[in-house]
Formats: sequence, C-alpha cells, structure tokens
Amino acid sequence: MPSSELIGTWVAAGLTLFCFSFLYKDNPFYKFAEHLYVGISAGYWVSMEYHNVFRPNLWDPLMRLDLNILFSFPRAGFAFMWQSLILIIPFAFGILFFTRFTKNFAWLSRWSMALIIGIFAGIAIIGYSTGDLILQIRANLLPLWTGNWLSSLNNILLTIGVLTSLIYFFFSKEHKGALGAGAKVGIWFLMISFGASFGYTVMSRMSLLIGRIYFIFGEWLGLIK
Amino acid sequence: MRREVPVIICFLAGALFIGNYFSPKLQPVAQVVNQWAIICIAFAYVLGVANIFRINYQVITRKGKDWIYKVVLIVGLILMIYLGIFRGVKEGTAFNWVFMNAIYPMQATMFALLAFYIASAAFRAFRIRSWEAALLGITAVLVMIGRVPLGEAVWKEFPPFTEWIMNVPQLAAKRAIMIGAALGAISTGLKVLIGLEKTYMGGE
Repeated sequence: MPSSELIGTWVAAGLTLFCFSFLYKDNPFYKFAEHLYVGISAGYWVSMEYHNVFRPNLWDPLMRLDLNILFSFPRAGFAFMWQSLILIIPFAFGILFFTRFTKNFAWLSRWSMALIIGIFAGIAIIGYSTGDLILQIRANLLPLWTGNWLSSLNNILLTIGVLTSLIYFFFSKEHKGALGAGAKVGIWFLMISFGASFGYTVMSRMSLLIGRIYFIFGEWLGLIK
Repeated sequence: MRREVPVIICFLAGALFIGNYFSPKLQPVAQVVNQWAIICIAFAYVLGVANIFRINYQVITRKGKDWIYKVVLIVGLILMIYLGIFRGVKEGTAFNWVFMNAIYPMQATMFALLAFYIASAAFRAFRIRSWEAALLGITAVLVMIGRVPLGEAVWKEFPPFTEWIMNVPQLAAKRAIMIGAALGAISTGLKVLIGLEKTYMGGE
C-alpha cells in the first residue's frame, strides 16, 4: 500500500472513531471532528464553485476581453466581445452581496438576492406545474376496472389514497361528516407512507453504518478479509 | 430604491422564466440570465464562507466558548480553499486526498450515527397508542424486514409485499403530498414575484 494511501486510511479511521465517540457523549474528539468537518466542507464547496462556475462562466471569459480590439474596430469588436462584456452585470450583482458587511449599503445586497429569488421562483412555478402537479395528477388518472382484479384493486386504492390524503390537507373547511371520514382515511394512508419512508431511511442509515464498520474492521484493522 | 428595485428585479427575472416556457423566442435571453444566477450563487457561497470566517474569528479573538475548535475550523477552511484553488481539484491532488480521507468518511459516519438515534426515536414512536401509530409502526417494520434477507427467509413473498406497500399505499400518500407541495410552491412563487412575499429582503 503506498504511504499516502496508508496515511489516508489511518486518518479516515481516526476521524470515523472521533465521530462515533459522540455515542458515548459530547467530547473533545467529537468536537474536533465536527469543527474540522464544517471547515473543510465549506472550503470544498468554495473550491468546487471556483473551478466549476466562477472560472469557466465568469473569470475566463472576462480575461479574454481585449480592449485593443474594442478600440480598433468599435462595432465589430463590441459585437465580438458582447458575450464577455455582459458578464460584468452578474459580476456586479455578485459583488453587491458583500455590501452586507457595510452599514450604509447593506440594502444593496437585496438586489442580488432578488435576482436569484426571482429566477428560481420563475423556474419553480413552471417546474412544479409541469414536473409535479400535472404529472402526478395525470399519473393517477387510472381505470378503476382493468379486467384483472389485482391491478384494479391497486388502482382503486391509489385513487382513494390520493383523494383522501388531499382531503386531509384541505383545511378551508372543518373536517366533519363526509369530509371528516375522508380525512381520517387519508391519515391512514399518510401513516403508511410515513412508516414506509421511516423504514426505508432506517435501512439506508444501517447500510451506511455497516459500511463504516466494514471500513474499520476490514480496510483499517484487516480483521475482515 | 431600497424596496421597490428588488421587487422589480425579482418580478422581471421570474416573469422572464415563465415567459420562456410559453415563448421559445425568450430562450436565448433566459439562458444568459440563468448563467447570471449561477454566477451570483457562486458569490453567495463566498459570502457564506466569509460569514463563517467572520463569526468564528470573533469567537477566537474574544477567546469565547470552544474557541480552540474554531481555530480547527478556520485552519481547515483556509487549507481546503488553498489546496482547491491553488493546487487543483483533480484526482491525485491533495484536495482530492482530503476529500476521500476526511470529508467522505466523516460525512458517512455522521449519517451512520443517525441509525442509533433513529432507533431510539423508533422506540418512542412505535409505542402503539392508537390505530394510526400502529399503522406507522407496522409498515416501518414490514419495510425493514422486507429489505433484508431475513424477510425472504421468513416468508418468500415478503420482498414483493414490501414492493407493493411502496408502490400502492405509500405512493398514493406521496402523490398527494407532492401535489400539495407543488400547489404550495407555485402559490409562494407567485407571491414572491408580485411582491406580496418579501421576507427575502430581511428586516426593516
């Protein structure tokens, strides 16, 4: 095993044990791992944004700007450099974020925030309408009798489940009478859904736990071949 | 200027993307503006890190509670930014080494720790006090057993039965939640765009 790999295994094993030590109680080893994790994760994401977004989308195109071309051939040069020049706008919006650290100009950071919120609100409205709302309704428009009793039963259950669960989320009218009965059935479906999601999450966490234990006893200690 | 301009920017940006769906002619403009948003988000990351740095630096200088761990945090942050920006992020670099041997194991262990806390939460949640709690508990146990070899050993049809739970009753409620969440997101999005919802501007 190369030395960097060996050191890496020891570091990973040490940090894994530091994190597991929280099971006993909050302690300095866990606090060390916790703070290190926050620090290097933040650094990781900044570096990734720098290489994947900042450089290819902003820095490199702006650095390609050659003002000599612009002055020599104003019309053609401007058309040529338009794609790069326009990036000064998001650059300015990005810089405005940092006005938050000033007292008098902190309000300017709202402009950048408004741009991001506006774009994502627009994308969310269309995305949720076409991707979730319409698709889910369409997927549930099922024939209640298919000729096969099992698939018919499934379709009936799906239809009743969706309708009653939606009734439960309808709070504009008091859940009484037929509405109350519908909401009650809706709760049963919701409970089954939450239970299934819970079971699914437990199993995924268990597989992660098995993975870490396998790493400790296999890769690190070599007790599992 | 302080409140009106952000509302106008927000409306124009959102309206552009809604309009883009209905008119392909707006697509080139929408693509450019989308790139702007991606660039602004990159700046927001830097702002977040600057904030982490500022807050922790204050604790260190005041020698506040757990200040020594804040030093670890800041050193880790600076080191990772240095390695990532000046030494590269490709495979075989020191940056990648830290990711594989520190971030990845700690992240996996943090999530694995949840297995223990989920188990204790389950102990409290699964105390059957009502019909609804029983449904939740029984479904969770069935799904868990159905996903391990033990389930198939107990009853051959356990895995398909678990699949049926996931594909029919679970899916029905999940669809209703998705429809409700979509309606909520659409209405909130519209409220943001027309300026009825302005919490993103903060106080004042």
